[in-house]
Amino acid sequence: MPDRKLRILVAKPGLDGHDRGAKIIARALRDAGMEVIYTGLHQTPEMIVSAAIQEDVDAIGMSIMSGAHMTLFPAVIDLLGKEDAKDILVFGGGIIPDADIPKLKSKGVAEIFTPGSSTQDIVKWINEHISTRA
Amino acid sequence: MVHSAKKLVAAKRRPAAKPASKKTKAKATVAKAPAKRAAAKKIPVYDAAGLRAQAKLLAGWEKHALAKSTEKVPNRRAAFTTDSGIPIPDLLTVADRKGESFDALGLPGEWPYTRGTQPSMYRSRLWTMRQFAGFGTPKDTNQRFKYLISQGMTGLSTAFDMPALMGYDCDHPMSRGEVGKEGVAISTLKDFEILFDGIKLDQVTTSMTINASAIVALAMYVAVAERQGVPMAKLGGTIQNDMLKEYIAQKEWIVAPRPAVRIVTDMIEFCSRHMPKWHAVSISGYHIREAGATAVQELAFTIADGIGYVEECVKRGLPVDEFAPRLSFFWDVHNDFFEEVAKFRAARRMWAKIMRDRFGAKDPRSMMLRTHAQTAGVSLTAQQPYNNVVRVSLQALAAVLGGTQSLHTNSLDETYALPTEDSVTIALRTQQLIAHESGVDRVVDPLAGSYYVEYLTDEMEKRAFDYIRRIDELGGIIRAVEEGYPQKEIGESAYRHQREVEQGDRLIVGVNAFKSASPAPINLLHIDDRLAQEQQDRLADVKRTRDAAKVEAALAKVEAACRGTDNLMPVVIDAVKAYATLGEISDVFRKVWGAYREGGIF
Repeated sequence: MPDRKLRILVAKPGLDGHDRGAKIIARALRDAGMEVIYTGLHQTPEMIVSAAIQEDVDAIGMSIMSGAHMTLFPAVIDLLGKEDAKDILVFGGGIIPDADIPKLKSKGVAEIFTPGSSTQDIVKWINEHISTRA
Repeated sequence: MVHSAKKLVAAKRRPAAKPASKKTKAKATVAKAPAKRAAAKKIPVYDAAGLRAQAKLLAGWEKHALAKSTEKVPNRRAAFTTDSGIPIPDLLTVADRKGESFDALGLPGEWPYTRGTQPSMYRSRLWTMRQFAGFGTPKDTNQRFKYLISQGMTGLSTAFDMPALMGYDCDHPMSRGEVGKEGVAISTLKDFEILFDGIKLDQVTTSMTINASAIVALAMYVAVAERQGVPMAKLGGTIQNDMLKEYIAQKEWIVAPRPAVRIVTDMIEFCSRHMPKWHAVSISGYHIREAGATAVQELAFTIADGIGYVEECVKRGLPVDEFAPRLSFFWDVHNDFFEEVAKFRAARRMWAKIMRDRFGAKDPRSMMLRTHAQTAGVSLTAQQPYNNVVRVSLQALAAVLGGTQSLHTNSLDETYALPTEDSVTIALRTQQLIAHESGVDRVVDPLAGSYYVEYLTDEMEKRAFDYIRRIDELGGIIRAVEEGYPQKEIGESAYRHQREVEQGDRLIVGVNAFKSASPAPINLLHIDDRLAQEQQDRLADVKRTRDAAKVEAALAKVEAACRGTDNLMPVVIDAVKAYATLGEISDVFRKVWGAYREGGIF
């Protein structure tokens, strides 16, 4: 199915309710022709992985502002591994200090977008790095 | 008011902008020769003949001087607007104010409080410099409080971590990775005892930024004070406790809007009877703005929230003048300098009218909008972070010129993390500079009478009242929030703003213009993950040593009050004194009313 649209799960893990960024990204990805599912707020890693599998998405984009990124990103990636769904790419953004980015990437996060990233950069990155899963 | 040529049609609303007549052509010739005009008879600014003469001069200026000038050097934009989209004319003059009545401004400290809530404003008392602080363990925050007090800060302000704000204890699975990260970690009264250790609660005023679990925090504060021998009647401060804006913007909740507003109303009622120096709710535009609202939307939705709380209290039979004097507000201060000043002034005038005319308040204190303000966190940039000091200075100045009662200035590193002690000090010094060096503290409402600021004040009020009418038509703010109306309006504004930035219509220094290759390195405050363990250990200790039967009985009373109509505050105070945890009390709310979830709409 080469022409199937990319399916992206935009997720807000943890307790942080700052969803301005997540919603803007969700709209921008939809405007760029992708199918977007937004989880809503306050999701546990388990809820996010289960939604990703049920919705058969190609990637998960997570937005975290609370400082819990070093806990929540790896938790999602571990669960994807356990569910044999490692081909679902994980990327994210939010208030994430530069020093934490290499650590997150070494744990399997494909890309991190920090404040000031444009939605167009994110769309471009997704189109270049994510393809529809077989 | 004068608009550029293509805007003339819109400008017809005001008489001064009538297209030039033959007569004005003659005057215009005069206008072109300033030396000659100076020699002619002086034109009085305010009398009728003077106003007529000025109108003619203005029309001539517009047709000749301005037209010629913009033909040579065109305006940088086809049309200028404020950040909220209010059109900015080429020029405003006395003609734009000639229909104004004295009642629109009044005098400082008098109806309709446009010029401020106090007759002498900062000449008598400076605004309270209140820096929001809270991180890590209660002991960490206690030390930061003591440091800030030693640096001249005049009021405490507490930030809580996400688990506390959402009604979870530090050992709950939802608290993973969040304990102490965005504020101080609190699960039981024991934590509050450490948080305020060595700080006499009758000597300070305390602001607590907590909403969904606010009733637990206030109960703990009352209990700690009691142990210090300070009766609750002597406690001064504010608890944010504005649940409506949580559903609109900040999204921290435990139960659905209606039971949440019932708890808020219980607290307003309790404080009006037992805590006369306490502000039981701080009706907050801050989060609404940060979520992407324009200044007009911030003004409108916040005032609408205020109307919502007053309606609920009145429905319960509380006389309006019994509780309204303790309502307070909290505004964001963003970049558009004059619009922000106008927002404070418009808010005061609107609230005065609403309280007097809609709710029949008689006590002037019920009509007076007192406010805290904070510079716009969302305007800070991660790029070139030292520029943030300048942004904060301008925003803080706008808040002061707008007549705020207290102010928090953001720190330059807050796009990355909670601020370090050094950066908090710069933020506090910024306020001290404005207070003691700029001279703006010496004069009351210095921008009154500015054609532009008065125009913006009027426009903001008009546009905000339009929104409030729409909300009334929807059945009031609670209904509007349940339907997602303000949420959708804000989402639209946020997306529009992002598009403007990406298309370069809106320049942000260091982000989409004037970029520097290497970002300035700044030190960041790091929260150690080990503190979660420390908190969990303390919680386990408390649970081991408390009287379990007493806790159970206290929680049963909370549940009974939730199911009935008794005020919740006394039973929650008893529960925290028995060392029931914040999570356990919140669980009672969830059990009775169900946990609230918002759907994934974008």
